[in-house]
Amino acid sequence: MDLFDKLPDYAKAFRDVLTDTLDRMFKENEKLLYLDADLVGAIKTGELFKKYPDRTFNCGIAEANMIGTAAGLAANDFIPFTHTFGCFATRRVFDQVFLSVGYADCPVKMIGSDPGVCAEMNGGTHMPFEDMALMRAVPTMAVLEPSDATSLEALLEQMANSGGPAYIRVPRKRKYYLYKHKWDITMGKANVLLEGKDVTLIASGIMVEQALIAAANLGKEGISAQVIDMHTIKPIDEEAVLSACEKTGAIVTCENHNIIGGLFSAVCDVVCRTYPVPVEPVGVLDQFGEVGPIDYLQTRFGLTAKDIEVKAKFAISRK
Amino acid sequence: MLFRNDYKNIATLAANIRILALQAIYSVGSGHVGGSLSIADTLAVLYGKTLDVDFNNPKHKKRSQLVVSKGHCGPAVYAALALSDFFPAQNLVTMNRPLTTLPSHCDRLKTPGIDMTTGSLGQGASAACGIALSHKIKKNFGVKTYLILGDGECNEGQVWEAAQFAVKHDLHNLITFVDWNKKQLDGYTDEISGPCNFEEKFKAFGYNAVTIDGHDIHEIHDAITMAQQEMEKPTAIILDTIKGKGFKKAEEEPNNHSMPITEEDLKEAVKQIQIDLNEKLQF
Repeated sequence: MDLFDKLPDYAKAFRDVLTDTLDRMFKENEKLLYLDADLVGAIKTGELFKKYPDRTFNCGIAEANMIGTAAGLAANDFIPFTHTFGCFATRRVFDQVFLSVGYADCPVKMIGSDPGVCAEMNGGTHMPFEDMALMRAVPTMAVLEPSDATSLEALLEQMANSGGPAYIRVPRKRKYYLYKHKWDITMGKANVLLEGKDVTLIASGIMVEQALIAAANLGKEGISAQVIDMHTIKPIDEEAVLSACEKTGAIVTCENHNIIGGLFSAVCDVVCRTYPVPVEPVGVLDQFGEVGPIDYLQTRFGLTAKDIEVKAKFAISRK
Repeated sequence: MLFRNDYKNIATLAANIRILALQAIYSVGSGHVGGSLSIADTLAVLYGKTLDVDFNNPKHKKRSQLVVSKGHCGPAVYAALALSDFFPAQNLVTMNRPLTTLPSHCDRLKTPGIDMTTGSLGQGASAACGIALSHKIKKNFGVKTYLILGDGECNEGQVWEAAQFAVKHDLHNLITFVDWNKKQLDGYTDEISGPCNFEEKFKAFGYNAVTIDGHDIHEIHDAITMAQQEMEKPTAIILDTIKGKGFKKAEEEPNNHSMPITEEDLKEAVKQIQIDLNEKLQF
């Protein structure tokens, strides 16, 4: 697997990658539609509206109706993508997602932007630390969190063709490139970014970058840390978790989310059933969000490489 | 106007929908009697005349679709589907039993002929918008989408989100019925959520709206015909109905949203419904 060690010259923000990817997919598949709830300017999908006026719909600030309308479109064979901020994409419309999308098997493809601390200056009201927990609880729902621009592109393509409902959480302004090739990303299959033998850091989203920094720092102290990008939180790659347990005997989960119901919970579900080893969480400790720049928020909620290093040593000590 | 033969067939269908819905409810002991009976005449017009139903090919792509957003009226819808040959009428007594294809609330994955899963009130309104929009995108001119809302259901904000969307996106192919039977589970709709003039409210949202006698087959048919010709706005047809219509005991029972049906009730109801039908057919 080829990885970037620095940003390529053509680097773009996630939201621009998202719009470019949807644009390309729209050209290839006329079943694709896009619905937004008055956040077109925020996610910068305006170009799509210009190019495809008959396949893009601004539903206004009425998220419940957007999800229900998308469900009706999916019932009649379209593949609708919806977008709003992650908090409104999940908790505001949970019943609509659960019944009209999940229970009724109308596969809507939902984009929730600015997960967790990425909500930054929009503050606690807009800071979803619970979106993955909610979406994991909907049977048949896939839950995705890309770590970089390449995996964002790959996962958008794969969720469009998955046949089932899916939720993807995407920072808008982040600029980060890890994978050189999108064929290295397969929905449901975790990526081992770094091999190691003492502890495995299982991370998703923005925390993958922190996990890689932590692994490098731990290496300087003689600790060999393995790093896994768990871009698909549901269905989780059980084989990858099991093999991490067997190989390293200790795990640290790293997530920009409440540790209740997110990656920590998903990994523990597998570890408890298959191969119990110490698992330590790096994530939000059942708190609400607050306003501030992302660096402050990552420190405030314990989402830094330093936090991962501390938990890694503790997990190893518990072996 | 309907021809006499059509009228006769639809009136008979309405009576049979009521009888079969009550039989299904009797077979499980109790159920959503009030709203199933109030909507029976509209279902009869839809299945007897309006919808291009094809039980051999219930999913054909250019069919008109019906979303029964007040999904608890499954018994009446299932009766209409059975009488339209989607499945044998004897299946109706399996309603709400384990492994049935006829759950209490409408389910598009379980029941042939059901176009959308409903049950959480308000959600069918949006789904119907999506279905109507899908036909607009596909340029299926002339294909209509029908939506049945309860009056109590209109407490839900999502109904009005959907109404805004339907007007904004020119869904003139969407025809909405409001079963204005005046009552919801806890009592009179006027008392629970405040008085509401549905016709004025939908007009204020930009709909073409009309209030009719929801038990008059001619009026229902004419309102649908008018709505089908509408080329600008979505249409709302407010059905002035009686909750429990056709079975005296149900009409008089204050808590008739969901109520038990005994063997005696069923016999009495069938007798009343048949007398009522015979009177209608005499003219």
